[in-house]
Amino acid sequence: MEQERDQSRLLAMYHTMVLARSLDERMWQLNRQGKAPFVISCQGHEAAQVGAAFAMRPKHDWIVPYYRDLAMMLAMGMTPREVMLGLLAKAEDPSSGGRQMPAHYSHRALNIVSHSSPTGTQVPHAVGIAMGAQMRGDDIVVWTAFGEGTSSQGDVHEAMNLAGVMKLPVIFFCQNNGYAISVPQHKQMGVENVSDRGPGYGFPGITVDGTNVLEVYEAMSAAVERARRGDGPTLIEAKCVRLTAHSSDDNDRTYRSPEDIKAMRTRDPIASFEHFLRDEGLLDDAKVAAIRAEIKEIVNDATAYAEAAPLPDPSTVQKYVFAE
Amino acid sequence: MAELNLLEAINQALDQAMANDERVYIIGEDVGQRGGVFRVTDGLHAKYGEKRVIDAPLAESIIIGSSIGAAMYGMRPIAEIQFADFIFPAFNQIISEAARMRYRSNNTWEVPLVIRTPYGGGIHGALYHSQSIEAFFTHIPGLKVVAPSTPYDAKAMLLAAIDDPDPVLFLEHKKCYRLIKGYVPDEHYTVPIGKADIAREGSDVSVITYGMMRHYAVEAAEMLAGEDISVEVVDLRSLVPLDRETIINSVKKTSKVLVLYEDNLFGGYGAEVAAIIAQDGFEYLDAPVQRLAGLDIPAMPYSTPLENEFLPTPSKIADTLRDLVNY
Ligand SMILES: Cc1ncc(C[n+]2csc(CCOP(=O)(O)OP(=O)(O)O)c2C)c(N)n1
Ligand SMILES: [Mg+2]
Repeated sequence: MEQERDQSRLLAMYHTMVLARSLDERMWQLNRQGKAPFVISCQGHEAAQVGAAFAMRPKHDWIVPYYRDLAMMLAMGMTPREVMLGLLAKAEDPSSGGRQMPAHYSHRALNIVSHSSPTGTQVPHAVGIAMGAQMRGDDIVVWTAFGEGTSSQGDVHEAMNLAGVMKLPVIFFCQNNGYAISVPQHKQMGVENVSDRGPGYGFPGITVDGTNVLEVYEAMSAAVERARRGDGPTLIEAKCVRLTAHSSDDNDRTYRSPEDIKAMRTRDPIASFEHFLRDEGLLDDAKVAAIRAEIKEIVNDATAYAEAAPLPDPSTVQKYVFAE
Repeated sequence: MAELNLLEAINQALDQAMANDERVYIIGEDVGQRGGVFRVTDGLHAKYGEKRVIDAPLAESIIIGSSIGAAMYGMRPIAEIQFADFIFPAFNQIISEAARMRYRSNNTWEVPLVIRTPYGGGIHGALYHSQSIEAFFTHIPGLKVVAPSTPYDAKAMLLAAIDDPDPVLFLEHKKCYRLIKGYVPDEHYTVPIGKADIAREGSDVSVITYGMMRHYAVEAAEMLAGEDISVEVVDLRSLVPLDRETIINSVKKTSKVLVLYEDNLFGGYGAEVAAIIAQDGFEYLDAPVQRLAGLDIPAMPYSTPLENEFLPTPSKIADTLRDLVNY
């Protein structure tokens, strides 16, 4: 029984990672076709996000994400159709009804909180949500994500400091892909690991291999347990790779050498997890082909649905400045 | 009904809101045991405990940022920024986050947050304890901004702000805190946000103002009454939303108007009011719209003669009105 549950969880993780990758790749195609003005990718971060997601309780715990969190969104229950509605800025887009740029996720029913573009402003919100939960005695965990570049922002420091003071149930999840657009980590901070800072705020900081979904899952499970026990926050740094340019408006060949890009490709989290699952006997060629075919159908359906969906009505542009 | 000063009226509103609604909590620097540097939260820590009257770390962005998160979670935070001059570290959270949340989420999220902050000068606060900050914030759609100047209005509008589903910046003029007294009903009552008050009726000239300048304008009006000049004083109370109707009605009545504010003249909140009058009230005007405001220097200096030179005072207001009436 136990083993079956574990096996089905491993396959579910794999499924979500491949779905995220396939959706992401489709987004770039739509961008090249001129149908989507902007894409910002999750490629290379799938293991970090899926490992984190599977340690939480969807619709119960709260998610305060950033723009790379596509795989997290899918794992928490956002549908591929909803994702594509956002990419194409359609009226039904649950994140913003086409008001924000793509990848500015929000989904009220899933406790996924709206975030904006200035980096790091979401992190204090996670702390406030946790304060509300602590005051009410709710046993939720709040997960918030940001890049290693964003860890330089004052908001991130202020947020961690208060979370440490109040022992709040927050998990600060830094996805360190080594770059903030073009600026490498060594120009961003004087420490080797973002997680080194955890103890400076009075709670543990842990670095994990963000391309290893199971390693992330384990660290996250411990942090979730700690938060639910009332023992306070954890800073988890997942070392990831950014397999694409920063966004569809960037060209990373202007600052990354071909060797670097090649080396990074050997750390593809999906390839390594697939390898692991094959070794465990959970996947073989036929199973992989079946999963990929199924996912292709899902991505096709999401694309077709979103392409056919109506755009926002221009007469709505002045709605919802204040409560109506 | 008791006679209270502005500060006591605000304290009473906070107390009643906390007693009525468990979701309401206060966060800010020194708001707990000390009861705030101006003593506005005096007694609340003892009554409601440290979980609901929270002494925050000295970091304004997290005071506001965490309050935004808690408000989205269903709480009713009241955040205090110790002095308006120190709100700028939280500027980004207020304008990029609180003010835009409803719009950017297409009405799926809201931020029912009240930000209280003491502002204004004439109290020897110098450059960094005297500023008027409203122009920075009234520019941003999605944020309500109010500046009540009487104890009656302060209690009522704070209770209205706490009930409001959108973020409200609640400006408390420091000079009004202890100086301005008035009768305040004991019970819970509100004044709707977005309605101006006629502080004094008159027929020759209108002063459109708010904050401490309301009281200076009334003083000037009293001086001029002896000279047979009848001055109407409109106290806006609510800067966003703005009660355009009351402004235009007053202009119709008097045909001459002075827009008076304490902030620096250039690009101040009164510039918008003057533009609205010029556009919507042009046909009623018998003289150009006048403005009187703080000087365009970086801020109010400390030393008394310099401070007085910066500020519009009742006698400067009276002089301006005399000229306007004789236009
Ligand atoms: C306050 C602010 N400054 C600059 C930007 C422009 N910008 C967007 S993403 C980014 C880099 C972020 O890097 P990191 O935090 O490491 O996240 P990553 O994109 O690598 O996942 C920058 C500079 C912004 N959005 N907000
Ligand atoms: Mg990065």
